[in-house]
This record gives sequence, structure tokens and C-alpha cells, in this order.
Amino acid sequence: MSIETTRWAGRGWVNPLHDPRDKRLPRIAGPCGLVIFGVTGDLARKKLMPAVYDLANRGLLPPGFALVGFARREWADQDFEQVVHDAVREHARTPFREAVWRQLAEGVRFVQGTFDDDGAFDRLSQCVHDLDRVRGTGGNHAFYLSIPPSAFPVVCKQLSRSGLAAQDGDQWRRVVIEKPFGHDLASARELNAIVNDVFPEESVFRIDHYLGKETVQNILALRFANQLYEPIWNANYVDHVQITMAEDVGVGGRAGYYDGIGAARDVIQNHLLQLLALTAIEEPVSFRPRDLRGEKIKVLSATRLMQPLSASTARGQYTAGWQGGQWASGLLEEEGFAKDSATETYAAIALEIDTRRWAGVPWFLRTGKRLGRRVTEIAVVFKRAPHLPFDSTATEELGHNALVVRVQPDEGVTMRFGSKVPGTSMEVRDVTMDFAYGHAFTESSPEAYERLLLDMLLGEPSLFPSNEEVELSWQILDPVVESWESGGKPQPYPAGSWGPQSADEMIARTGRTWRRP
Amino acid sequence: MIVDLPSTTTSAVNKKMVELRERGGAVALGRVLTLVIVTDDGGPTEDAVDAANDASREHPCRVIVLARGAKRAAARLDAQIRVGGDAGASEVVVLRMYGPLADQGASITVPLLLPDAPVVAWWPGEAPAVPADDPVGRLAQRRITDSAVARNPLKALAQRRASYADGDTDLAWPRLTLWRGLLAAALDQPPFEDVTRAVVAGAADSPSTDLLAGWLAAKLDVPVTRHRTNVDGGLDSVRLVRPSGDVTLARPDGRIGVLSQPGQPQRRVALQRRPLRDCLAEELRRLDPDEIYQAALESLPRVRRGTGSLRKAVS
Repeated sequence: MSIETTRWAGRGWVNPLHDPRDKRLPRIAGPCGLVIFGVTGDLARKKLMPAVYDLANRGLLPPGFALVGFARREWADQDFEQVVHDAVREHARTPFREAVWRQLAEGVRFVQGTFDDDGAFDRLSQCVHDLDRVRGTGGNHAFYLSIPPSAFPVVCKQLSRSGLAAQDGDQWRRVVIEKPFGHDLASARELNAIVNDVFPEESVFRIDHYLGKETVQNILALRFANQLYEPIWNANYVDHVQITMAEDVGVGGRAGYYDGIGAARDVIQNHLLQLLALTAIEEPVSFRPRDLRGEKIKVLSATRLMQPLSASTARGQYTAGWQGGQWASGLLEEEGFAKDSATETYAAIALEIDTRRWAGVPWFLRTGKRLGRRVTEIAVVFKRAPHLPFDSTATEELGHNALVVRVQPDEGVTMRFGSKVPGTSMEVRDVTMDFAYGHAFTESSPEAYERLLLDMLLGEPSLFPSNEEVELSWQILDPVVESWESGGKPQPYPAGSWGPQSADEMIARTGRTWRRP
Repeated sequence: MIVDLPSTTTSAVNKKMVELRERGGAVALGRVLTLVIVTDDGGPTEDAVDAANDASREHPCRVIVLARGAKRAAARLDAQIRVGGDAGASEVVVLRMYGPLADQGASITVPLLLPDAPVVAWWPGEAPAVPADDPVGRLAQRRITDSAVARNPLKALAQRRASYADGDTDLAWPRLTLWRGLLAAALDQPPFEDVTRAVVAGAADSPSTDLLAGWLAAKLDVPVTRHRTNVDGGLDSVRLVRPSGDVTLARPDGRIGVLSQPGQPQRRVALQRRPLRDCLAEELRRLDPDEIYQAALESLPRVRRGTGSLRKAVS
């Protein structure tokens, strides 16, 4: 689904080559460059650099695009170029083409320095100006902060001090930040204040890579382009909704970030609440960024935790166990975690949305590490038919109808409904029907980071959460984390299972069970 | 898996396909369209099937290949069904038709079309004079031809124009998409100024060059001249003339494009020829009439032919 607002006109002049009927015409960003802070990190190597190459390979980057790396390493331009080259070779989705690489490599630069080094940022400023002259980046630059949030204040201050954040006339400067957007409401506000102090809100792009996924955007198409689902997409027909993000990996090696943060803040606050918002929103009057974000804000502002929290939340911590044929150590044995760490690796919460559409429908959100398998899905579970004109024995195996949006892996949609079991007797059983559109193999179905980087360079903010959404999400989640921190410990669960006993009990109290995704 | 059904009928083919699915060797995916590829036996069939298999990863489809064999032979239909790893994300049915059957592609296709799903016809080689009137073409919502592989590409393009019907498209058009995108993006930048004249240069037999000229004539409504270059490699360069200076986009080496604008350094961009599968995938992405392609075709007569041939219209 394309959620586009294209600015075709400049100063009252309309570009005659654009035509709304011309759906083939790719959206190519105007002249610009990308500066990445934290180029030595995993994300930069595995996602950002390959995404830049893939965009170039698909012809969607502007001619003369520039990529600048900033890090402490003692690298020359050529060393960084080699790093980008290796990252692209190893992780790019599209085939490696020497010609594409060579023209991209011409615009690769590296600036060495630390964040508190004024000289380094002056050099960066000089480098960016040179690029405007040599590569024609036109004074348009995006700064990707792939760095810990603790470094945001100093980097923002440096960008402001060195004049890098200043945008004048037709030029733009944008900043891209990644989760975590704070660790509670107060810190999120503080972070927003720091960033907004230097960059106006419309220049801030908060990356939530889930929102760049095709299936997530497809939720909007599924709901608002069809007649089939919208009539039943409400409390009259929906029994409850389960949103799951399960990972099979642990948090080994990420102790510095993860310890004290935990699953709820790491995943529920951003990914799961965004998925909830898209599943629950009212129809926006258009897909213009303002309208879409406005609807998401409406839903988030009506979302409440089910009370009491002790009965409607659950947390767990994985212990050692056999997972998928491999021995996995427990969190407390992972390096960097205290032996008495109370960091949860599994979190489940129950929410309600106080609107006419959703009144009385519980929304169960769960996420965890070292669970049965890696899967993210949204399951809308419908009520049972009010009357079943069959013998009671015929429908014993019939459950609830469900519509499942499979976000990853294996993106697609699954429907679960009752069907007659072949044979002479009338017996109805649950069956599933799958649809998968656009597999991730082709050049034309982009990876989430590609989509989001391109949208950012085009200045198209629809798929990026606004600061208001971030703050509302914290407002929803904060009481849970506070109640957890006030006492108790996460319940242990063995690696490779589907979470702690308390999560099953939590949902069982409402007379429901978790789906096995 | 590949299953050969020599000397068969379409109902036998249908039965076999259902059987293959039920035996579980080939899992039924949601198929979004039927792609009918019409070729001559021994023609560019396998390349076309490969491209279709690649495109099917984006558009899961059933591919029906109609390969016309010798007409003087006895009537006979040979079928080959490919599913699973041999067919990408699609299922492929290759039908070889001999004797009187060679011209009965449409009637052979009908029983094999997916119910209620769009039909796309594709002629990877020579196309019928009027695709929309062709028996197979009539079954299809979308008819894809490729004037670049015709014996006389420019004549073929003129024929496309004469016979245009909604739903027609030609692969010379998606080969242009990146060029068009870059030109449109170049005009998005200041100074926001009207183009007064345009010059397009490309190989003498490049229908894409003509189409680009037609598109510019239709959209800009200014005089457009088309020059011939002596090298092969399709489209060579475009120049948009503006009072403050020209925008030129050139591809001297066939791989890297160079964009020049007044007051700006030359910018380079990867602009290699698009592979067939990408063009096909783009075609399958939209099944409604392409008004912009139609306008480009209709504006072909407005394009002036440059005299003589020149290496580069840019210099």
C-alpha cells in the first residue's frame, strides 16, 4: 500500500512529468546524503548499509548520493569503503553489481572522532559541505543516530553547534532515531525535548522497522479496501485480539542494553502498541500522514490497562533448556546479567480500548525471548456463532474463527474457520486457509529498512511514529513496569517453551487461551 | 517436479494438476493471476518461463505456455506440468500444439484458466498485429508485447500505436521506468522552470527511445527531437532544454547514467538495462489500462526525427 503525499510543485510550479495516473513512476529522492553515527554497530552493517545499496541498485537513490560514516575508529575513507563493501556483499538483498557499487562508493566518506570532540564535528560539517560541492547533495542531509540514547544529547548539541542541523531555504536536515525512545514517559519527554530542541518535529523520524513491513501496511488494505472484514471488525463479532512477538534468540551479548529494560519496554511499548493501533484504528479520511497519525493517536489515547494489574499482566525470565536441538543457557547465566537480575524476558499484558467499536474486547499483547519459535502475528479471534444447529457432538472440535495477520516470518494472512470433516457423519473441525502475497525474494518487494530509509529521504512521515504516539505508549505501559518494579520477580520458564505458567493463568482468567502461533 | 503428458487433452491436464496438489507434492498457494505465454515451439520459451517464474515470486500465478508447433503435422497436444522447485512460486503448464491445433491456443487455454482471476497474455517473440483481437488476447485483461525483439522494432511500435486498446502494454515501456523517474525527479529540483524543447537519442532500432520521446512530447507539450546513435545499447541520452540551462541524462557506457544540471556537479547513477523479469514483474503489478503509455504512443507522430546520426545528442 502506498501512503503517498508527493510534493510535485515547487513555488507554484507544477512538474508536468508527474501524473497521478502514472503508477509506474518510482519515487526517487532528491539530491541528498546520509550521515550514519555508530557505523561500527550491528544494525549499521547488517541493515542500513545493505539497504542503502539495495535502494541504489533499484535506482531509487538520487544521482550523486553520499554516505558518510562517523565513528571513533582510526579509519580512512578507503577503510570505511571496504567496511561498507563487505557489509553490502554479505547482507544485501539484491545481487551485487560492480557498476552500482562503484558509483555508490564514490560518495562514501568517513569522519573520525568522538561525540565530545568539537573538531570532529567541524570536520564532519566540512565534509558535508564538500559533498554538496563535489557530489551535488544540495545541502540536504539526514543524520542517522544508530547510537545509545545516552549519547543523543551530546550529538544533538554538536550538530546544532557545528551548524549541521540548520536548514535554510529549500534545503533540509533530518534526524533518524531508533528505539528505545526513552524508558518511561518522563525520559521519553526529555528525549523528545532534546531532539526537538535541535530538529523541529517534522524533521524527526523515529524508526520502528515493523511499520516498514509489507504485511503491516497490508493491514490497512485488508481493513479499508474490503467490504468483507470491516462490518465484523468490532466488539459485536470480535471476541478478543492477541498480538504476539516471539523470538527464539536470547539476550546474550546485549546485557548492557537489555538488563533493567526488559521485554515490555523493549518490544511492547513500540512494536506491539503500534500493531495494536493499526489493527484498532477507525478509518482515516485519507492516508495522508496527518490523518493516519491522528487516528492512531485517537486509539492510543483510548487504550487502558485491564485492572487489577496483578491479574492482567505476566512476566517471565527464561531458564536454561533445550531449544530446537541446542542447549540454551538461562538469562541469569548469560554474561553481564546479575545473578539476581529481575529483568523480564517475557511480558504479557491485557488492554482495553474505550471506544464504541472495541468496548469489552480484551487485547492481549505478549512478547518474549527464547520462546518456541520466531514469529510475529496479530490474531483477531471472533466470537462463536450464537447458535449451532448441529448435534453437540458434531462441533466439539470447532473453536473460534480467527483472522491472523502473519507479520514475520512467512508474511501473509491466515483464516481459521470450521469445515466438515470428510466422511459420512457430520463433524465440524477447525481448518486454516493461507494467503501469502509478495514473497521477499524479488527486487521489487523491499525490506523494511529500505522502505523506511526511502520514505525518510523523501520526507514522507506516515510510517514513523510521532512523539505524541511515543508518549501515549509510555503512558499506557508505565503503570505495568512500576507495579513490577515495586516487588516480586519474573516467573522462570524453560527456553524453548511458550512462556511462564502465569501468562497462561492470566488469559485463562478471562476464559480464553493463547494461540500457539 | 516435472510431469510429461504426451498426446493429451486439457481435461487430462487439469485432472493431473489437481492430483499433484492432492498428493501434496505441490502445495496450493493463493494464485493471483494466470499468465499465458504465447510462443513458437523452439522460440524463446525457456527464457520467458524463467522470467515468469522469477516474477511469480512477487505475483504468485499459474503460467500457461502455448508453444505453436508445426502446422503440417497431425493434430496433437503435448503437455508438461512443472510444479514446486521447477516452477518458482508458480505452476507452469507447457502446451505444445501441432497440426490444426497450433492455431487453437485460446480454446486450449480456456479450461486451464484460474477461476475469477485476471488473465495476462504475453508474446515474448513476434506479437499479433492486433493483440486485442487475437483469440488469446481476447481472453486477457492485459496484453504484453515486446517490440524490441520484433524483426523491425520501430515498425512494431507503430503497429502497437495503430492497434492500441485498453490493457495493451509493451516491454519497451517498463525498460524506461527508471529513466522517467530520474527525469521527473530532476525537474522536482529548483529552478522550477518550464522545459522549452527536448532531445532524445538512442540506437536506431530502440523502441524505448521513441517511447520516451513520445512521453516527453505528451507530458511537456514542447517540440521533441529523436536522434539516432551509432552504437547499440538502446537509449543513450535525453536533454531537456530550459532557459536557465539544460538537464541532461546520458548513459554513455550502457550502465552508469550521468545527470548534469546547470550550477551542479555531474551526478552519476546506476542505470543498467533492466532484466526481463523486473520488467515483467512491473507489468504484472498493474492490470488496469495504462493511460500514460497510451499517451506516449499517441504522441509518437509529434516527435521530430533528427537528421543524420550522431554519437551523442548531449554534446
